[in-house]
This record gives sequence, C-alpha cells and structure tokens, in this order.
Amino acid sequence: MTAVVRTEGLRREFTVGRRCARRRIVAVSDVDLQIEPGEAVGFLGPNGAGKSTTIKMLTGILVPTAGRLRVCDLDPTRQRRELARRLGVVFGQRSQLWWDLPLRESFDLLGAIHRVPGAEHRARLERCVDVLELGPFLDVAVRQLSLGQRMRGEVTAALLHGPQLLVLDEPTVGLDLVSKERLRTFLQEVNVVDGMTILLTTHDLPDVERLCRRVVVIDHGRVVADDAIDALRARSGGAREVVVELAEPAAPLTGIAGVSEVRVEADGVRQRLAFAPSDTTAAALIAAVAERVELRDVTVVEPSIEDLVRTLYAQN
Amino acid sequence: MDSVRILLRLLRSRVRSQLAYPTSFALDALGQAIAQANELAVILIVFAQVDSLGGFSREEVLLLYGLAGISFGLADLAVGQLDELPRWIRTGELDVLLARPLGVLSQLVTSDLQLRRLGRAGVGVLVLAAVLAYGQVEPTPVNVLLVLVTPLVGATITASVWVMTCSISFWVVEGRELANAFTYGSTLTTAYPITVFGPWLRRLFCYAVPSAFVAYFPTLALLDRPDPLGLPHALRYAAPLVAVAAVLVAALVWRTAVRRYQGAGS
Repeated sequence: MTAVVRTEGLRREFTVGRRCARRRIVAVSDVDLQIEPGEAVGFLGPNGAGKSTTIKMLTGILVPTAGRLRVCDLDPTRQRRELARRLGVVFGQRSQLWWDLPLRESFDLLGAIHRVPGAEHRARLERCVDVLELGPFLDVAVRQLSLGQRMRGEVTAALLHGPQLLVLDEPTVGLDLVSKERLRTFLQEVNVVDGMTILLTTHDLPDVERLCRRVVVIDHGRVVADDAIDALRARSGGAREVVVELAEPAAPLTGIAGVSEVRVEADGVRQRLAFAPSDTTAAALIAAVAERVELRDVTVVEPSIEDLVRTLYAQN
Repeated sequence: MDSVRILLRLLRSRVRSQLAYPTSFALDALGQAIAQANELAVILIVFAQVDSLGGFSREEVLLLYGLAGISFGLADLAVGQLDELPRWIRTGELDVLLARPLGVLSQLVTSDLQLRRLGRAGVGVLVLAAVLAYGQVEPTPVNVLLVLVTPLVGATITASVWVMTCSISFWVVEGRELANAFTYGSTLTTAYPITVFGPWLRRLFCYAVPSAFVAYFPTLALLDRPDPLGLPHALRYAAPLVAVAAVLVAALVWRTAVRRYQGAGS
C-alpha cells in the first residue's frame, strides 16, 4: 500500500501587508511528511505555526508555493474535486452543514454531493447515529443544535462518503468534557476498527493521547519533531506537576524521590511538585506527600502542548 | 450532468426552506417589486415633463425598461448570491466549499435561491406586456423570437458582468461597494437609451461593460428604427454573441480569482 500522505519539501509563502510595507512571510517550509494507511497522527504546534496552512494544502484548498505533495495518490492542486471524494474534513470552527436544515437533510445533501449509493449512505449514517447518539436531534435544524451536538454532526458529515483520510482541525475546541470524551471514543473506534487514517490538529493534549500513537510537531513552519508520542514526551523531558493544597502552611516539600523541582505558592499552602513520568508516578508522589503533611486538595497538571512544543523548539 | 442534478437538489432544499415562511416570502417579493416599480415611477415622472428622452418616446423607453428589468431580475436570481462572497471569504467558509467535490461558483450561486427576486422580474414582465399590447412592436416572427430571447441573453450578460466584478472580492475582500456599482448600478445603464449618456459613457457601456446589448440594441431591432448614433446595423442582433463572449471572459476571470485565493497565481 502506498502512503496516504506524502510531502517533500512542502513550502508555502504569503504576501502580507499593504503596498508600501509588502513582505513575504514563510508559513510552511521544508515539510517532509509521510502518513501510512491506518495511522492516527497528531499534528501539533502553537497558533500560527503553520498547522492550518499545511492542512489546507493537503486538502487542495491552498496551493503550495514549492515542494511535492501527494494525498490519497492524487495531486491536491490539480485533482481537488476527485480528492474531495476521498477526504473527510472537519473544521472545528466552520460548519459544513446547512444551518437552516435539519441535520438529517444536511446528511442527505452531502450524500448526494459525494454520490454515495443509498444503501451505503444509510448504513454509515445508521452507525454514526447509533454510536454518536444523534437520534434525538436528527430532525432539528442545525442552527438550534448545541456545539457538542453540532460537532457530532460535523464528524458524521465527514464520514458519510467513506473517506480514506479523515482530517480534523481542532475538532474538540469549545466542547464540554462529556462531548469531548464521546467524540474521542468514536474517533478511536473509526481508526482502530475501520482502519481509517486520521490526521488531527488540536490544542488539547488528551485528544492526542487518546487517539494518536504518532505526533508531528511543527513550529515556525518547520517540523521540529516527528515521533511516537511516548518517545517524544521522554525526549522533551516534559515534566508533569502535582499541585497540592495543604491544610496549613508547610516548609517546601523537598526530598521526595523523583521530584525534580518544588515551587511554593501562597505562603506554603500551595506547592507545585514537578516530576518526569519516567521517574515516578503521580500516585506514589501524592502518597509520599500525604505521609508528611495533611492534604486538602490535589491536582495533576499535564504539560501543555505549548510547553512541550517550546521545549522541543528550544532543543532544536 | 450529474453535477447539475446535485445542484438542482441543493436548490430545491433552499427553496423549501423559504416557502416554509410564506408570509415573509410574499412580503419580500412585494418589496423587491416596489423597488423595481420606483424606477418605473421615475421614468413616468420624467416623461410628464419631456416628450422624448435621447430621441426615444415614453413607450419606447418603457420597452427598454421592461426588457432590462426582466434581465436584471433573472440575473439577480441566478447569481445574486455572490453578494455574500466577501462573507464567505472573511469567515473562511469558502474553504468548506473547496473541500467538496463540486465547483466553487456553482456552490456559491446555489447556496441560496431567493425567489423574492422574482418580484423584480415580475414588474418587468408586466411593463413589457403593457408596451407590447400598446402596439409598439410589429408582431413579426423575428420580433417574437427577439422578445423571448432578449431577457435570457440579457440576463446572461448581466450575470457574467456580476461574476467578473464580484471576483474583485478575492483581491480586495471589502470590494463589495465597487461590485455593487456594477450590479445594482447596472439597472440605470441598461434601462435607458444609451443616447442619453455622453460619448465616453456610451463607449463604456457599449464596448467595455456590454450593458447596451442587454436591452438597448435589441430594442432598436424591435422598434425597427435606425440607431440615432449611426452604429452598425448588425449590432442589434449581436447580443447572443456578446453573451457567449461575456460568459467566457467571466469564467476566465473567476477561475483566475479562485486560483489567486488558493495561491497559485501570486
């Protein structure tokens, strides 16, 4: 099987500014990316790093300034419409549904646009309705749906034509925890059970942890890391933190095995203990703290993607 | 052909959602008809003061007005949705259209079908019918054909000019006012004999923006009168050719504009 996505030296420049102050900025530069069938790849990076630009090039919306690009064995620039039939795209911020039509009718129209045979359409829709629990609002106009309901509709809309590659741009942005979790479970199933290739951009690290085994990090338009997620985390030394709230002020909780740094806040009532997941676990650490002082509250803070990316970028 | 069927299906769903609110639809259509009738009132008021305008009598100008009105109404119905293009670009929703296996222009124009725009064409039809009943036009076979074809050809020319001018939004996102000068401004240039304009404007409407072909030249043919400006006789039957050329140029401009959006042209 050939790669679903293959780019070599992908580059995109934009001209910005008004006439007198016109300049070229490089949004994406020298991106070499290969995604095999069945992979689930998290595409990470801070705002403005070039994630969306890359995704737009992969989907044929933008034309690369330079470089080679094949998606689903097609040239996105010249075969945009053909490619559209093999891609499912979800833009978290934009809707592909018709706001004034019931969800069901939007699905029917999309089925027609993609020329999906009736039986196939019904089977795929039935499954999404089932797993994503769309039933109760299938006949409600899209404009009346909650964000969580709409996103479930968007994902369904992207899957109805049975795409080879599902591209999700910030699919969980703005969703509540329950909706996020439901969506992640479904996407995981689509990836693992159906073997659908998934490319996901997000700011939400748990999205990536649940869905992706591989992560591509992009910053200032360049790929700064492309590796298995665990390897990446180890390499970046991305410290997690246990934040403990104490019943009464205490001296800094130093000397606990595996803790790399202790920061004291609020006169010693709140303390932040940083640790590397390879050295100890959050549970062991909390137990050790509980032996020494009385705890009121505990939270575990994951390194944010921004931190992870910043560490990675500093290393390069 | 397959795409046409899909687009028709998209349109049907749009129309259905409008007819779900019949009162609002009826009022909208009425509003459009009144807007069109306002222009009719202007013509009638002018002719209360003068006997001829640029060498044309009241009935002759009304014939011109009727044909131009139908053309405008049909063009507005077909591509009026392009008004929304700046919004599609600004919000990035255009990307959604590009991620579908259909052409961008066909998706944009079928993104809504505002039947209320038929209100404008409706007034044009009434005026045209009245002028014809008044006996201004000899009912020869050629004239009958011309009356039937002219609004369609005129609508094609008008729609092409709109597509071209709306393309400007790809370069200047808020180019809407300039585009509107051609779209909604075109009623003025098509509904009056070009003889009322100065020579430079005449050339502009004749050759650059081919609005004289929407109604003026076909009207000369219908009235069987020589062109007061002495322009070649053949021009009065040239509208269909101009329409074909306009469509081709519009397609080229649009394609270039979308390419630019995608970044191939810059």
